[in-house]
Amino acid sequence: MMRADLELIYDWVPEGAHVLDLACGDGELLETLANNKGVTGYGLEIDHDGINACVARGVSVIEHNLDDGLSSFCDNSYDQVIMTQALQALRRPDKMLDEMLRVAEEGIITFPNFAYWRHRVHLGLRGYMPVSKSLPHAWYDTPNIHLSTFNDFEHLCREKGLMIVDRAVGVGDHQGHWKSRLWPNLFGEIAIFRVRRR
Amino acid sequence: MPDSDTLAFADRPAGSVGVVTPHVARFDTPLALACGKVLPAYELIYETYGTLNADRSNAVLICHALSGHHHAAGYHSEEDRKPGWWDAHIGPGKAIDTNRFFVVSLNNLGGCHGSTGPVSHNPDTGRQWGPEFPMVTVSDWVASQARLADHLGIERWAAAVGGSLGGMQVMQWTMTYPERVANAVVIAATPRLSAQNIAFNEVARQAIRSDPEFFDGWYAEHDTVPKRGLKLARMVGHITYLSEDAMGSKFGRDLRSDDLNFGFDVEFQVESYLRYQGDTFSTAFDANTYLLMTKALDYFDPSATQGGDLAKALAPAQCPFLIVSFTTDWRFPPSRSRELVDALIRAGKAVSYANIDSPHGHDAFLLSEPRYDAIFSAFMNRAAGELNLAEVGKDEASEDATSSEETP
Repeated sequence: MMRADLELIYDWVPEGAHVLDLACGDGELLETLANNKGVTGYGLEIDHDGINACVARGVSVIEHNLDDGLSSFCDNSYDQVIMTQALQALRRPDKMLDEMLRVAEEGIITFPNFAYWRHRVHLGLRGYMPVSKSLPHAWYDTPNIHLSTFNDFEHLCREKGLMIVDRAVGVGDHQGHWKSRLWPNLFGEIAIFRVRRR
Repeated sequence: MPDSDTLAFADRPAGSVGVVTPHVARFDTPLALACGKVLPAYELIYETYGTLNADRSNAVLICHALSGHHHAAGYHSEEDRKPGWWDAHIGPGKAIDTNRFFVVSLNNLGGCHGSTGPVSHNPDTGRQWGPEFPMVTVSDWVASQARLADHLGIERWAAAVGGSLGGMQVMQWTMTYPERVANAVVIAATPRLSAQNIAFNEVARQAIRSDPEFFDGWYAEHDTVPKRGLKLARMVGHITYLSEDAMGSKFGRDLRSDDLNFGFDVEFQVESYLRYQGDTFSTAFDANTYLLMTKALDYFDPSATQGGDLAKALAPAQCPFLIVSFTTDWRFPPSRSRELVDALIRAGKAVSYANIDSPHGHDAFLLSEPRYDAIFSAFMNRAAGELNLAEVGKDEASEDATSSEETP
């Protein structure tokens, strides 16, 4: 059983696609895609345990810091670039979005939605930086330096002239619930986007 | 079928293959070399660890580096205090687990540890080969290793593994004999030497060749060895094997005595160390072999025939690769391994890459380090799993169990 946001992404990756998985973790998504859909490609990761887990399961993984960009990957060399739960930890998420859509025509991105209602309660009513399942760190040691919301990301995509193919809400109690479909920026804990170059 | 060379010895350290005895294989089919010359016949000395399984699918080839040889693991006698050069990674329970794999480690052609090389007898002239031993390249080595595989009845290596110059041989295997390598491990290597690498090699060669005792390579006939040259060559080489940090923390500016003596004798500990390393090497290694090995390093560049396109050169490769580099290696720094990784990615090959944090510079590939050991083991275990390699002892046990069930 995969993480809920990975289940969703799994459905969005076409059979036989060549993909790049940025921050691929333990390689579970790539392995499942390879076994069931004949998907090929590489994972990039910096976490040592994640890299080991990938190697142990036969997933091709490259130790690579995403802040160094994707310059070693050629234009249009992949069908999709996937990046789960890493956008918010990058030095320049906007530049990475450019890079992703240089390397592939389509990108799948997930990140914690800072405008989730619980986060709003933390900050708006209690006056503290939010700490939650999706944002488990304290403000001083968090790797998440560029937090954003559904609205922020859509705004960035509009500015860059990108097409939003799909948008979904992942993880949390409200997944698939009518409220999160209707008001994702308020009730969606994890934002999932599928974007494409025009 | 070759059995394991390993014998149990009473107090062998845990994880050791024990006492090993080298073998020599003789080849009488001439070998055409890249330099245009032909080696009419030659011998290769090798050791094996572990047991070759019935379908000969569990063999791992170890390729050695510049000054390496066939003795990669275990001991040559019970009194032997120093194990083989890669004992950290070869043995029961280690990354190259001899409970599962049958390991073959040879001394390359041109070597000075028992394989045919400059110190061997040249049947055509009746004298030692000396400086007339033909220049051998990485491709020549791989061709000779393939003949050793044939000799041992090994059609396909479960893995070819090597560090530094050894890693270059592994790369060459995947390009020349792609169907004969199931997995490739390339550690602390580079797809081709940089100008700086070649420059260091040239300093080493000049040190040897300008030694008055070198006699144009015929030193043996003058009953001498170019000790000073070889010592200098090793000292220069050794500096490039260590990191600045490693040298700093090992020696710092420590003096051998309390006061400066305002002379040119050994004063700093690092001087003493380098001189010792050089001295030891200068009596243990052949100068002509050293020259040949450094040229093999310089010449290696598989991209050269493909207009500099390494990805194109790697196109024939079929197996998954593990590439490992070390953060403080400045001889073949991580960026050089990354060049190889990027080329493999461009060529669409299965490849994993780890850059291991180690203070030990280039030498780190010889040592044990938890993260290095873990990823090396993970790759080899997956390889064993995919090839359905059971632990050899256990495999036999289960066969016995099956046959006893079938026997009424």
